[in-house]
Amino acid sequence: MAADSALFSYSLRLADNANVLGHRMCEWSGKAPMLEEDMALSNLGLDLIGQARSLYSYAGEVEGAGRSEDDLAFMRDANSYSNVLLVEMPNGDFAVTMLRHFFFAAYYAPFFEELCKSKDETLAAVAAKAVREMAYHLRHSAEWVIRLGDGSDESAKRMQDAVNILWPYTGELFESDAIDQQLLAEGIAVDPESLREKWQATVADVFKRALLTAPEDAWMQSGGRTGEHTEHLGFMLAEMQFLQRSYPGAQW
Amino acid sequence: MNLKNTPLWEVFIRSKNGLSHVHAGSLHAVDADMALQNARDVYTRRAEGISLWVVPSNAIKASDPVDRGEFFEPTASKVYRHPTFYDIPDEVGHM
Repeated sequence: MAADSALFSYSLRLADNANVLGHRMCEWSGKAPMLEEDMALSNLGLDLIGQARSLYSYAGEVEGAGRSEDDLAFMRDANSYSNVLLVEMPNGDFAVTMLRHFFFAAYYAPFFEELCKSKDETLAAVAAKAVREMAYHLRHSAEWVIRLGDGSDESAKRMQDAVNILWPYTGELFESDAIDQQLLAEGIAVDPESLREKWQATVADVFKRALLTAPEDAWMQSGGRTGEHTEHLGFMLAEMQFLQRSYPGAQW
Repeated sequence: MNLKNTPLWEVFIRSKNGLSHVHAGSLHAVDADMALQNARDVYTRRAEGISLWVVPSNAIKASDPVDRGEFFEPTASKVYRHPTFYDIPDEVGHM
């Protein structure tokens, strides 16, 4: 695979992850359980959308076909999106949202630390900014997982339900393919497998304090990275992309 | 969310080194750690601060508005407490 093509796909995957989860978090605007958390969820979402913008712009630049960040975000269908399935899972209740974010941040906080060392200057610069954001995302989501897991009977049940729902979607975080391997050899990418131990340790520590039980590792869902998505992503994109699809180039 | 489980906290922000923490507002949170995070998310979104304090609102003893007369009015007639009766040489500039 040509170097540019791999770099394009790699940047696009990172951008898609950030964009889809960022949109999911922004879906909470005005509906969170309390005002304080409404602000917090939107802040987390906007951090991610900021990351997505930088990464989409860079992907467009690398591709060299004149596609802008908006073209990449709003003019691609679900089967062209390459985000992991975890981030497109519906918000569910507050427990599902926080646990999904915790699983994501427990991976991406160390991921961006590693990506800071990338030989690709743009990715390293994006990572340098994202690393602090993700450290906060991890802190905030972990504190909620602990408080809800070790909270009332109701909150503990909901948090354990969330664990059971989302666990099969965590395996995909550690997958790698020819694109990852090629860029890894060039010193540009991060080896997902190298983050597994750290992720497991973070999750084990928080679950212990949250009195939660991790399911046995069994079948893990997969496919998002190659465009095979759950039915949820299509609905999300339909809402997210409506404006640009109906009024191409609309600005405000 | 149940307010019984989310007591009120007062938020103080230091905007830069050398200045004091200044009261910014209040919020609800389950405990001190979450209050600090919520304060960060609600009150420092536009780079307002470099340091935060949160204090349980019920830990604050406030003056009673009824006491305003005896507490504060007597000072109104004591202008000599303001250091405005000195001649300051021009070279000193703004003090």
